[in-house]
Amino acid sequence: MADNIASGDDASRGEHDPVTGRSTTGHDWDGLKELNTPLPKWWFWTFVATVVWGIGYAVVYPSVPWINSYYPGLIGYSQRATVTADVQKLATQRAEVMTKLNAVPLAEVKQDDALYAVAMAAGRLAFAENCQACHGAGGQGRPGFPALAGDAWIWGGSLDAIRQTVTYGIRSPHPDARISQMPRFGADAILTPAEIGQVTDFVMTLYDPAAPAGAGAADGAKVFEENCAACHGEKGEGMREVGAPALRSSVHLYGDTREAVRAQIATPKQGVMPNWNTRLDEATIRAVTLYVHGLGGGE
Amino acid sequence: MVRKPPASAAKPAEKAGEVQLYADRVRVYPRAVQGIARNVKWAILILCLVVYYVTPWIRWDRGPGRPDQAVLLDMAHERFYIFGATFWPEDIYYLTGALILAAVSLFLVTSLAGRVWCGYACPQTVWTDLFMWVERLVEGDRNARMRRDRGANSFDKAWRKLVKHGAWMLIAFWTGGAWIMYYVDAPTVTVQFWTGTASMEVYFFTALFTVLTYVLAGWAREQVCTYMCPWPRFQASMLDEQSVIVTYQKWRGEPRGHGKRTDDSQLGDCIDCKACVHVCPTGIDIREGAQLGCINCGLCVDACNEIMTRTGRPKWLILWDTLARQEAKAGQETDARRNGARDEAIRLLRPRTLIYVSALVIASAAMGTALAMRSLIGLSVQHDRAPLFVKVRDGSIRNAYAVKVSNKTSEPARFTLALADLPGAGLPGAGMVLADDTEHRTSELVLAVAADSIGTFRVLVYGHPAGQADGSQKLGFTLRNMATGEATAVASVFMGPVR
Repeated sequence: MADNIASGDDASRGEHDPVTGRSTTGHDWDGLKELNTPLPKWWFWTFVATVVWGIGYAVVYPSVPWINSYYPGLIGYSQRATVTADVQKLATQRAEVMTKLNAVPLAEVKQDDALYAVAMAAGRLAFAENCQACHGAGGQGRPGFPALAGDAWIWGGSLDAIRQTVTYGIRSPHPDARISQMPRFGADAILTPAEIGQVTDFVMTLYDPAAPAGAGAADGAKVFEENCAACHGEKGEGMREVGAPALRSSVHLYGDTREAVRAQIATPKQGVMPNWNTRLDEATIRAVTLYVHGLGGGE
Repeated sequence: MVRKPPASAAKPAEKAGEVQLYADRVRVYPRAVQGIARNVKWAILILCLVVYYVTPWIRWDRGPGRPDQAVLLDMAHERFYIFGATFWPEDIYYLTGALILAAVSLFLVTSLAGRVWCGYACPQTVWTDLFMWVERLVEGDRNARMRRDRGANSFDKAWRKLVKHGAWMLIAFWTGGAWIMYYVDAPTVTVQFWTGTASMEVYFFTALFTVLTYVLAGWAREQVCTYMCPWPRFQASMLDEQSVIVTYQKWRGEPRGHGKRTDDSQLGDCIDCKACVHVCPTGIDIREGAQLGCINCGLCVDACNEIMTRTGRPKWLILWDTLARQEAKAGQETDARRNGARDEAIRLLRPRTLIYVSALVIASAAMGTALAMRSLIGLSVQHDRAPLFVKVRDGSIRNAYAVKVSNKTSEPARFTLALADLPGAGLPGAGMVLADDTEHRTSELVLAVAADSIGTFRVLVYGHPAGQADGSQKLGFTLRNMATGEATAVASVFMGPVR
């Protein structure tokens, strides 16, 4: 090493600096000379050792990239293989918990903290993948798609009711689907346009005490009693057995303006919720049920 | 400044006209010495070792289910226990404060008295000193060791080396083992260690610190100070001509030389016996003045005092003094010195030390205040972002919050969570089943949190539609520990529809 660095002018070798009396390295930069401050040999050998270690490391572990692949190293270590193994292990673990989730009655899951935590996590993910597109993030809902975080349930907000809705859907092709049919009072000429106007005025007074009583509200009450109360209840409290929404509630699936209410009486929209039993397994449906129930409006 | 390469090693090379860019290590064989510096060094060494080895075994009752080790840095459970105090990860700035205090204290001490930390209390010095003591017990003092090392291999040499390294390894192992005990329960890990049930980490770190102790204190020694440690490089900026450091009184000692002191010999008090060099743990010659290799331990002071006593000269040829005083003395006439001319005063108060002291006072005050006012309660409130708000059947607006309550006390505690700033806002109270059950809305929730842990709650807040302004409004949360009365508050928002 010394040979390489101190090569060149032989006369400069072993030169001494007159001021300090120390030897110089023989390097000369425009008359400035570097004093020789020898490095300890152990330091040099430590450096050599790290280089040797580095070479060994490169031989044992994956190191050199080829064009389409890479040198895999002597022991064939691969982070991808490690991850695959970890994922496999996790799947086995999860299978265990999901089996347990199937066995425990829904209402009792909450008492098992660990199981409930897993169910909520699995439910959140399944919800994000399958439900969020219509019902919004966090069950926010939007016109035509009920808010699940709220407390207005058309078919019921208990654990079992939610599970049934998720499993079989609403107006889905499944034979066990929840079915309700709002008559098309306008399109099928069951009521005259005047009667529809009157009952619209009446329905608005059910949920908005401050609403300016429309001209037909009084007549509308009679129309309501004859045509609507059978399903929606005498006071508009709704009937979950037949999926008739509470009209007294402040929450309205298709909007609470006069036009929206009138349109829903004359030519009602009827949404469809798919039956998820063909896409999700039983345990996942249970997890989603628990998640939806826990959003804030579960009964 | 690095020591010059040894004369013996450099000379043949120079003759051959070669520049040696790598130097052999000069082995240091420190000689035993007695005296005041040595006694102080022993006392501090024993104190440091006792504190280090004994601390993990001190017990401290923190109640059931919590560790009873007085000093425990529990990484696995994210808690630092130091006697009565428990630190959580977010308290890490106390560590910053402690490090600032340590650094400024080091600066102050160094500017006052030089590198006394290096000479007396640095672990490298303490363990090296301990290892040298063992070495001396087994292999004898400097001369015996040098003779044996130079001599041929023999049974005597073999068993002494074997015993020495064995003893070193034992001490190193004890040191490495004690290190682990600061991180896991000492009695438990001791049993686990010897029954083979401790974790891999325990074995790994014990082995690591055993090897490091053995190598650093047994083999590397002064090389750590001169080549590895950054402190000697910049401690020079703490020192000035008023720092009291180990100093050779050149004016008194020079010209050095052997032989009788007669009136016309002109020789100084230094008889050039090299006792100061032989006792030095870093192998330097203090007579060359303050230098990077000097750790200010003062063993040369003791060595020289022995010699001065023997030669009948006044002691303290090497002593603790400032450069300024030495310069003044060197400038005085011999007669003036003999007649006891006034020495220049030692100036402890100077801008540098005053700045360090004030930094120390400020940092201590800040740390003390922070520790004294350390809150044992913590509240974090995060407004749900999806959905921002929900309309419920009775027309109220409901917002949801992820609330985290930290209970840093050692008792399970009940907290009251109350709302502020938003008139008419309500929390779902006990017995509330349905969301539109307005009768059971309350203004205060009671949350239970286990000792020394964080409770996570999803809190729903209802706002009355009448009191509902557009968009977002301020909503405060106040949290109070029902047992201690300690309280804290955070500000959040209540969101609603924009009309």
